[in-house]
Amino acid sequence: MSEILLDEWRQAVRRHRAIDDADAEELEAHLRDSIADLEAAGLGPDEAFLIAVRRLGEVDALTAEYAREHGDRLWRQLVLAPPAAERAASWPVMLGFAVATAVLVQLARLASGVPQTGGSWFVRDLGFFVLPVLAGYFAVLRRMPWRRAAGLAAVVAVLAIAVNAFPYAQGSATDLSATELLVAIHLPVLLWLVVGAAYLGGELRSSDRRMDFLRFTGEWIVYYALIALAGGVLIGLTVGVLSAVAPGSTDVVATWVVPSGMAGAVVVAAWLVEAKKSIIENIAPVLTAIFTPLFAAMLLVSAAVYAVTALGRDFDRGLLTLFDALLIVVLGLVVYGISARGGRALRVMDALRLTAVIAAVLLDVLVLVSMLARVGEFGFTANRVAALGLNLVLLVDLVVTAWILVRMLRRRAPAVRLERWQTGYLTVVAAWLAVVILVLPPVFGFA
Amino acid sequence: MEIDKDLVAAMATPLVLAILAEGPNYGYAILKRVRELSGGELEWTDGMLYPLLHRLERLGGIESEWRESDAARRRRYYRVTDLGRAQLAEQRRQWDTATRTLGGLWPQGAGA
Repeated sequence: MSEILLDEWRQAVRRHRAIDDADAEELEAHLRDSIADLEAAGLGPDEAFLIAVRRLGEVDALTAEYAREHGDRLWRQLVLAPPAAERAASWPVMLGFAVATAVLVQLARLASGVPQTGGSWFVRDLGFFVLPVLAGYFAVLRRMPWRRAAGLAAVVAVLAIAVNAFPYAQGSATDLSATELLVAIHLPVLLWLVVGAAYLGGELRSSDRRMDFLRFTGEWIVYYALIALAGGVLIGLTVGVLSAVAPGSTDVVATWVVPSGMAGAVVVAAWLVEAKKSIIENIAPVLTAIFTPLFAAMLLVSAAVYAVTALGRDFDRGLLTLFDALLIVVLGLVVYGISARGGRALRVMDALRLTAVIAAVLLDVLVLVSMLARVGEFGFTANRVAALGLNLVLLVDLVVTAWILVRMLRRRAPAVRLERWQTGYLTVVAAWLAVVILVLPPVFGFA
Repeated sequence: MEIDKDLVAAMATPLVLAILAEGPNYGYAILKRVRELSGGELEWTDGMLYPLLHRLERLGGIESEWRESDAARRRRYYRVTDLGRAQLAEQRRQWDTATRTLGGLWPQGAGA
């Protein structure tokens, strides 16, 4: 058998990133079987090799087919190995967008008079100065067609006009009225989904591409947290050194450096996720593997403690927010953990995920029961409707997730079923966010 | 006789599932079985089988594992799952309907 020819063929195949080591080994085993059979039929080694390779298919056509099935790998290929010119242009472009959002935030801050005077609109509209810029960055990066980009811009414009035209009850930057605060909390999340639409280049239908965006979100959070950590240390040291000689420097840092840095880092983190994808792809599965058991244990203990001691307890807004954040983190861990595992499924991990999700369902039911009791006693307010709705949306998601996990453990459903459910459910989440932002304030008289 | 490309593509999934339903097998042997069953009339670019197998695996119809075989050659064996069997039954129902429908229109002995 011609080992030299085989070696050349192997290198040609491995040059394509859509084919990984296991794929190449599988194809090579096929080629060797095929050659052995042809030689047994009386062909010479070189002849057998040529015919076997031709039967296997042209390397380019083959890798294209692999890329179609392993879209995630193709994606990496596009991101990591762009033509030289595009790669050179990408980081100054990123920097441009990062500076643009920092400047926008500062202009808005100056116009609203924060922090000297009120200006609650600055807090409420903060998302508008950052996230559409990030969406624009992706629209440019993905060379989004004009019509789609205009569609996204229209969505942002409608939101901006509605949110700013509402006559909220008078508030200040530190004390917003209830409906205004609800808008301030929900708006960034909805705008993040607009970023998602731009990230997908407008291809919203594909479940696999939506899953790419969910993965991107998880990786972005990890990078942003790292940047925030390092930035916090840098700013703490700077203030410490400067305030010894210039007492006013703390205010300058707090009003100029911190907001600009936080806004710019949003774009930088997004760029890092794409540019340094392989790093985060190695860290994130480790993080979920470590924290899934810990979260499962913590949730079980919390659910038990709350069920025993605090049934029917009044959940104030702070505690409620904490609970909802916890439920979202659990969902994130489960979805990310499932999508990040490469083919090989650890049943123990799936069982742990199921435990965490069931505990989360119990906690969510406790919260819902106590909220319904409050509503029954005191009637509906904008806050209670928003909290009730969010918890219902989460409960449905968690219950279905638990059900799919059970089916996965019994080998009745593939992991892709869970991905499809989560990506499809994004539509429900977006609809609920839009209701809270656009419908609740008028219904409750902008209280 | 050459079978139309679209028809081959449509047959690929039930064909692979049905062959794997006979027992776990690896890519090269699956293709040999296809050739044997069709009397060599169903031609298929060998390499295209693997992306199809990977897709079926991702969708949960089949599972794979690496096994050492004779001459210490490692091969990836595929095995049909319960979900795959259900998919195959559904595919079979559809193909039965298709062949029955066409069979009702084509007079015996004519054409072929």
